[in-house]
Amino acid sequence: MAASRPMVLRTGYRGKTGMLNWALHRITGLGIVLFVGMHVIAAFGLQQFGNDLATAITAFYESWGFQLFVYFCVLFHAFNGTRLALVDLFPGLLRYQRELYWLQWIIFLPAYLLPAFFLVQTGLAGG
Amino acid sequence: MQPTRTSRSAAPLDYSLWLFTRLSGLGLMLLAAISMAAAFVMGGRTLLDLPTMMRWMFFPNPNHVINSNIPDVSAGWSNPFWQIFGFLLILLASGHGLNGVRMVFEDYLRSPLAVLIVRWSLLLIWLGGLSVAVFVIRAS
Repeated sequence: MAASRPMVLRTGYRGKTGMLNWALHRITGLGIVLFVGMHVIAAFGLQQFGNDLATAITAFYESWGFQLFVYFCVLFHAFNGTRLALVDLFPGLLRYQRELYWLQWIIFLPAYLLPAFFLVQTGLAGG
Repeated sequence: MQPTRTSRSAAPLDYSLWLFTRLSGLGLMLLAAISMAAAFVMGGRTLLDLPTMMRWMFFPNPNHVINSNIPDVSAGWSNPFWQIFGFLLILLASGHGLNGVRMVFEDYLRSPLAVLIVRWSLLLIWLGGLSVAVFVIRAS
């Protein structure tokens, strides 16, 4: 059901369901490009020169904190991208846009939070 | 939802890239699912921590997967099927990603010269990245 009044708390957020996902899709997409770029450059540097900078970049993106970020980026981008590609390719689905939006978050949250919990747990334990 | 939808009638290339983004995105997930399933079949069930899983899913190549804690990967991955498969993944992923970067840039850039510079730079980065990928895959 659509809310009959705009859902504005004190966050200043005035978009409906689409805006948050649009912004997150963009941020997570750029996050993936950032990670893959660092990964390719650092792997090349390690293999060819083995220098300190490449080692430092590798240690940074292999840290559990950055893994949390990368996993969020990949998973959110994949889920949101699936929904958006399906709706774009089959416009008949537009009727169920709101349902698909909530379905996406209902699947995404456990799929992200469960591995994230174990990442934090092993990370804090020094694994 | 996406502002690009209105560009369907604007330019033929824009529409092709709009379609490419959707199809390559779905295709990438299909390829990633296949390589993950193959990793399970080839005996990786007990070794799939998050980085290992990502290595397997998004670049199933011996030179890449060897960085995981896996005894021997060369047997399963050193064959033309996974070489072509890996190249296809890189091709779709880099095209999808760099085209996305182009779209983000073009949403904020006003000057046509800047847009031109961004486009050519991304094209060069794309071709350079693809040659590195071919080199890595051929060496594996």
